[in-house]
Amino acid sequence: MTPTRVSKHHDDDHDHGAHQEPGFLGFVKRWVFTTNHKDIGTLYLTIAMVNFLLAGAMALLIRSELFLPGHRLIAPDFFNTMTTMHGLIMVFGVVMPVFVGLANWQIPMMLGAPDMALPRLNNWSFWLLPFAFTILLSTFFISGSAPNYGWTFYAPLSTKYGPPSTDFMIFAIHIMGMSSILGSINIIATILNMRAPGMKLMQMPMFVWTWLITAFLLLAIMPVLAGTVTMMLTDRHFGTSFFDAAGGGDPILFQHLFWFFGHPEVYVLILPAFGVISEILPTFSRKKLFGYHFMVYATAAIAFLSYIVWVHHMFTAGVPIQAALIFMYSTMLIAVPTGIKIFNWVATIFKGSITFETPMLFAIAFLFMFTLGGFSGLMLAIVPADYQYQDTYFVVAHFHYVLVPGAIFSAIAAVYYWIPKWTGHMYNETLGKLHFWLSTISLNITFFPMHFLGLAGMPRRIPDYALQFTDFNQIATVGAFIFGFSHLIFLYNIIQTVRGKGKKATKRVWEGAHGFEWTLPSPPPYHSFLTPPVFVEEASSHEAWDVSDHHEK
Amino acid sequence: MTSHTKGSYYLPPPSKWPLVGSAGIFCLLFGLANWLHGNHFGTVLFGIGAMLIIYMIFGWFGTVIRENEAGLLNNEQVEKSYRWGMIWFIFSEVMFFSTFFGTLFYIRVYSVPWLGGEGIGDLTHVLLWPNFVAKWPLLATPNPNEFTAPHSVMNTWGVPALNTLILLTSGVTITIAHWGLLKKKRTQLAIAQLATILLGISFLIMQGVEYGEAYMEKGLRLDAGAYGNTFFMLTGFHGLHVTLGTIMLIVIFGRILKGHFTPAHHFAFEAVAWYWHFVDVVWLFLFIFVYWI
Ligand SMILES: [Cu+2]
Repeated sequence: MTPTRVSKHHDDDHDHGAHQEPGFLGFVKRWVFTTNHKDIGTLYLTIAMVNFLLAGAMALLIRSELFLPGHRLIAPDFFNTMTTMHGLIMVFGVVMPVFVGLANWQIPMMLGAPDMALPRLNNWSFWLLPFAFTILLSTFFISGSAPNYGWTFYAPLSTKYGPPSTDFMIFAIHIMGMSSILGSINIIATILNMRAPGMKLMQMPMFVWTWLITAFLLLAIMPVLAGTVTMMLTDRHFGTSFFDAAGGGDPILFQHLFWFFGHPEVYVLILPAFGVISEILPTFSRKKLFGYHFMVYATAAIAFLSYIVWVHHMFTAGVPIQAALIFMYSTMLIAVPTGIKIFNWVATIFKGSITFETPMLFAIAFLFMFTLGGFSGLMLAIVPADYQYQDTYFVVAHFHYVLVPGAIFSAIAAVYYWIPKWTGHMYNETLGKLHFWLSTISLNITFFPMHFLGLAGMPRRIPDYALQFTDFNQIATVGAFIFGFSHLIFLYNIIQTVRGKGKKATKRVWEGAHGFEWTLPSPPPYHSFLTPPVFVEEASSHEAWDVSDHHEK
Repeated sequence: MTSHTKGSYYLPPPSKWPLVGSAGIFCLLFGLANWLHGNHFGTVLFGIGAMLIIYMIFGWFGTVIRENEAGLLNNEQVEKSYRWGMIWFIFSEVMFFSTFFGTLFYIRVYSVPWLGGEGIGDLTHVLLWPNFVAKWPLLATPNPNEFTAPHSVMNTWGVPALNTLILLTSGVTITIAHWGLLKKKRTQLAIAQLATILLGISFLIMQGVEYGEAYMEKGLRLDAGAYGNTFFMLTGFHGLHVTLGTIMLIVIFGRILKGHFTPAHHFAFEAVAWYWHFVDVVWLFLFIFVYWI
């Protein structure tokens, strides 16, 4: 059998590795000045992990306060800052960076490129982030209060009535937006320009496709967020009235602008996750991805539709009923391409010879629970029903079901899937499975009861609740603590793998894995492909994986 | 990380400029936030940030220009990466301006008429500000005690029309410069480039005159209700971009005098020309929607 993709790469004969001078200063200089996609990918993944633990700890504080009704543990204002910062950090500090980190590691390798197209810009995109988070976290030390109006920072809570720290949050968002825009430009340039000779767009791995589309989403929405927070700033300090009706503006305009950013943003969080799942399911089912072309079109359709649904966040805010109805239908339309994706994933594993390694377990959990989150999303899209659900725990349950087993699980799956390639060592499978079962079960213990709480009328973002909600809240809190601590197993497993404790990984790592990254040694050379490999089309592009082709193992 | 084989993609060595840039932006914005809250070290930090950013711009662009003159970037694929980078950067700028245009349309089409009692706004109108009459330009705000509206607004066919003419002409002169570059007519290139710069500067001067008139005579200020807000936000950010574009044109002019750029290889010139055209097109929309209709 001939390998499906031929690599002309002469095995790292002139791979010079990282240039690291001796000593602590050398270490710092290597990581701070690096222009290497793998180093930068590692930095992104690290900052995401640190922020994940930080924002997770905030969630546990929230759950502790909600363990019993009444005002018990933390002051109400501090509770509000916790919900705000938990959301902001999870979105901007965890899910976005973790996928950019994966993109950095994987896209050049998957395309057969030596590095990202614009390596210095790549470094800049990353190093803006620690500065942005320094500013964001500095708000805890500013008199008044840290941001306390929810991660959506609606006007006038954040303008007229916002604490002084709001301005710091605004500038942190400006810097994060810059980082995302520069990162997206780089990813687009890489994908359009750095593909191995012979690789056409419709032959790219799905993960690359989803990132290409995500990068376009980011380019279109991050400037809108930047403009919006700029108007907040002028409303706060320079006497403008964009979000104040007394001067002719409208606080609801803020919601329109925020959600014009915010809805595509949730697809920024989930499309790369779709890409990861589309890589993992075929590998462990030992089948090609079902309906590759439809997967690409569906992703593009979701991205397009995501621009014209934002008002579904504002049904109760006072928009004309015609607008609410139009946006209800456009929102429901998203279920069509999403349904295509779910169908194709199921068809991919159908009749496959499946094995259940940790990445596959997380991917299958994604399939079930993301779909569940999608269904509650459909319920929320129905205008009259939404009048009932708006601002209750049902909404909290919905978006945690799409983001935790959706975005977070697929990121975890991706780390388990690719870490043998990155480090050259296998992770500990037993611990991986333990992490999976603990986190999956506890996730459902945490978030499933929130559906009932919401339907029964428990409002979100309030530190206290009526007595009858106590039982479900206690269950959720217990689940949250198990969920939180289960990730320490994950962290331990990663650290041990990076330290080289596991057994050596082969080139291909997984029996059913296909693509350029698996033709490189594990760990791969510092510059992935200095001489571009030649992309050889398989029997009929993506239609024919040769399942028996694993002689490299 | 030197001597890659010929034809391979240029991978720059580790660089300090991104970190300098990040630190500069941090100092600038963290300083500004402190400044807004009356902390005096904020002003200092702001100044340090601005200097760091200027240092970064000189250092980073200087590095790229040196690499370019050394022939390291003389590679079709590398140049294409820069092209894609610039194109999508301009796209993100377009979206930034769209935010403010969107705001303008929303305020004109929805929020102001609603405040005047139309559509879903009848109760708001009756209960909050029954005396407010919806009209654009907004010469009376819903609550005049809080926000003072301007007495009058700019005359479309005065300075704004002249500025339109100036910018359109500059779009022509930069194209003439480009032709000169392509046909190796260096004098034509230099003169047309200089003309573009002078047109850019005269636009800025006219805009300054207009702002003076708006503030001193018409009471048209940034805080003069929704009309002033959108007027200054849109023209202000546009003016900022013209300023940046003019600085970029001046840098290119300097490089022209130094003999840089060949007919086959002049990406920096093109990038600045694209940027200039972008600024030009934004102005046309401004002229139509802010000044004219
Ligand atoms: Cu949405």
